[in-house]
Amino acid sequence: MARMKFLCDADRCIECNACVTACKNEHEVPWGINRRRVVTLNDGKPGERSISMACMHCTDAPCAAVCPVNCFYTTADAVVLHSKDLCIGCGYCFYACPFGAPQYPKLTNFGSRGKMDKCTFCAGGPDTDGSKEEYEKYGANRLAEGKLPLCAEMCSTKSLLAGDGDVIAKIYKERVAKRGYGSGAWGWQTAYHETIAS
Amino acid sequence: MAKLFATIHLIVGALALAFMIAVAVPAPASAQGGPTATTNEQQLLKQLHDGVIAGQVSIPDKKAANLIHPAGRNWREYHTVTLKWIGGIAIIGMLVLLTAYYLWRGTMRIESGRSGRTIMRFNVFERFVHWLTAVSFVILGITGLNITFGRSLILPWLGPSAFSEWSEWAKFSHNYISFAFTVGLVLMFLIWVARNLPSRNDVVWFKNGGGMFGGAEPPAEKFNGGEKLIFWFSFFGGVGVILSGYVLLFPFYGTTVGNMELAEIVHSVIAMLFISMMFVHFYMGTIGVEGAFESMAGGTVDVNWAKERHSLWYEEEMQSGAGQAMRQPAE
Repeated sequence: MARMKFLCDADRCIECNACVTACKNEHEVPWGINRRRVVTLNDGKPGERSISMACMHCTDAPCAAVCPVNCFYTTADAVVLHSKDLCIGCGYCFYACPFGAPQYPKLTNFGSRGKMDKCTFCAGGPDTDGSKEEYEKYGANRLAEGKLPLCAEMCSTKSLLAGDGDVIAKIYKERVAKRGYGSGAWGWQTAYHETIAS
Repeated sequence: MAKLFATIHLIVGALALAFMIAVAVPAPASAQGGPTATTNEQQLLKQLHDGVIAGQVSIPDKKAANLIHPAGRNWREYHTVTLKWIGGIAIIGMLVLLTAYYLWRGTMRIESGRSGRTIMRFNVFERFVHWLTAVSFVILGITGLNITFGRSLILPWLGPSAFSEWSEWAKFSHNYISFAFTVGLVLMFLIWVARNLPSRNDVVWFKNGGGMFGGAEPPAEKFNGGEKLIFWFSFFGGVGVILSGYVLLFPFYGTTVGNMELAEIVHSVIAMLFISMMFVHFYMGTIGVEGAFESMAGGTVDVNWAKERHSLWYEEEMQSGAGQAMRQPAE
């Protein structure tokens, strides 16, 4: 089984936000929820880099550890998913997440934030693969159809890579070796406790 | 015409000079085809600002500008490990101490027996305020402990669906009942603060261990030293949980993710100690002291109880409205 990961090659990202749009469209994500986003560091300054970020599907995921109702689970592909039927919308996963991935449909007070929503690595949720219920709660299940996450699939500069961790790490290493530089696999140290030498 | 030529000559000359200066300034050293400056994650992780690596985003939710927030790991460690130890030791430790104390001392009886006559200790408003605070505290305590210990203790035998259902109700109860607790705490402070100011009598009371470790209870006012301690602990603990609780209730209203984590830490530590401390109060108010519960149930206490437990208050009552305060039991 593959160990699914995301890798954003910041030296290629042009901050076009197409990954964000593709994600929203593919999963019919409600207004205000950003499963994926592009963050620009040193905006307008030397060394400016943009990184497309979503749930990194961490090893030993912090969200799953702090969840008071234990609604998270990890699939055989190491994708971290959660059950919206069990989620109580407490917001703790957002405090523990190193990547700001968990989103809530309502930003209201009194803790009535609604069920948490986050990137599923286009792998749906605990409902039957490809079912209407699954689509309404979690969005498309592309993995079940043998496809990879849409954000990475349609990335115009192939900055965002999604797939088996070893494969995408190899692609990235080859790129770095060829062009002579690379700002690293952003978030890998925090998410997987490993880095790719650049 | 010559003058025009001279002007043009001057302008061209000035431009040429400016151009020469411009090219003379060394251009930024660029690597062979590489970026002119690099942004390094390792370096940014070493110099975090407010615990995060943050940038710019083009979406309205500015929290999304936090790219990496490694501090979440520390909070996770606190919430899943440290807090459970703090809570477990504070609560179970206190229950063990109280059980041991009960086995040693048993219930503190009214030494001279019941007189049959009663005196008003807490009027109906005082009792309403006490029970408003007490009932909301118990609900808040149970629903709060559920967030910390429910997953380990209740989930296994309740099952995921039923436990989620209960936890969602618990969460809403916790959020809304906080307002009742706030009202109760404020009123409690207002009606009893004057009676809880420390005095010389308390020094004597504490020196003799409040009669808890042998001997009669030293002279006490309406509230003895121990009760005053409970009062101030409840007040400051209450203010602490209320303030940190409202920060948690209104997430990201001017707070960062780091502030939210801190609020949760403050809230949970105070809450655990508060619950632990309240067990002492529950004990003293029920099985610990004979006749104590009556004061909050019906509002009246036996005259002999008042003499033994709160002698100074009893004398004070006798001097003021003694006739009205004294009641004969209905035969």
